[in-house]
Amino acid sequence: MTQTPTDTPRRDEWPLWEVFVRAKNGLEHKHCGSVHAVDARMALELARDLYTRRQEGVSIWVVRSDQIVASDPDAKPELFDPSADKIYRHPTFYRLPAEVDHM
Amino acid sequence: MFVTELLQTTPDPAAETALTLPDYDPETQAALFRYLLRLGDSVLILGQRTSEWCGHAPVLEEEMALANFGLDLIGQARMLLTYAGALEGKGRDEDTLAFLRYEHEYRNVTMTELPNGDFARTMVRHFLFASWMVLLWARLQSSADPHLAAIAGKAVKEARYHQRHAGGWVVRLGDGTALSHDKTQAALDDLWPYTAEWFESDEDDARLAQAGIAPHPGELAAPWRETVTPTLAEAQLRMPPESPFRSHGRWGRHSEHMGHLLPEMQYLQRAYPGGKW
Repeated sequence: MTQTPTDTPRRDEWPLWEVFVRAKNGLEHKHCGSVHAVDARMALELARDLYTRRQEGVSIWVVRSDQIVASDPDAKPELFDPSADKIYRHPTFYRLPAEVDHM
Repeated sequence: MFVTELLQTTPDPAAETALTLPDYDPETQAALFRYLLRLGDSVLILGQRTSEWCGHAPVLEEEMALANFGLDLIGQARMLLTYAGALEGKGRDEDTLAFLRYEHEYRNVTMTELPNGDFARTMVRHFLFASWMVLLWARLQSSADPHLAAIAGKAVKEARYHQRHAGGWVVRLGDGTALSHDKTQAALDDLWPYTAEWFESDEDDARLAQAGIAPHPGELAAPWRETVTPTLAEAQLRMPPESPFRSHGRWGRHSEHMGHLLPEMQYLQRAYPGGKW
């Protein structure tokens, strides 16, 4: 982690919030972008104005960007490369019965 | 077909003949036509003013919010003026009514044509106006006129969001720094006298109230005051005293600002009559 969360936002710039939108009931919220806003209420309203103008969503989450803990880009080799040769983890070696559709 | 559906399905305004018009006596029809202009012009002119913030808002996100406000209002104006034109039956479509009338023929309430001023002033005006429109649209949803009721059903949701968002800013700025408080209070003091016009009435209003088409304007005065009072209190703002001043935009008598707004708004239709894009 390169950034330390802080409770006192900088005075010269509004804090950044990450925006997650659910396209319709039953689907998960998906990350779609970010907004600057002074508090949660404003972040929700501005996210609504920026990211749901064309009926993209039925629900919005906003999360302070500095509250998100991210993996270190430099740790990519040890975190993600080991899974590259484990093709048996993909469920493509099983024959599904014909009755099971759309899997 | 309803005017709300008409605008969604047919980009061609000439299709206005597809509207099924209610059967009114000539006086009611004329009164409703003028009422639709009063309502339609108010949202049209405020939409024009709001769109002036494009490229000038304090932050990018808020600029989008303001542009959305403007688009909502102009969308409402399209429905109201399309219906007004159809009801009048003289072949005037939404563009003709919106862009090719003269100043005294516009019937918007005067507050909507006042310059935006600073951000606080824009938000105070929008909060006061949207709070009124929420009440008005809610009442018009049960209008005896099916088209007006359908338009109200769509517009009331937009107005609720405007009230919420602008109200948030009124509290934020009013209860903010000493400077933002002073600017917000000054805006409220200046704009407040222009709200009295909204609750004045004439024989058109009486006729439409009698027919169950629109509420009598005066009936909304007390509910409106009750709606805005808690927000103004939360914003640490002082309610301005009553004033004898009356504006008369709904009667076609406008402030000096209207004459500057119209040439800009009408420029394209005047320079390129019938122009489409």
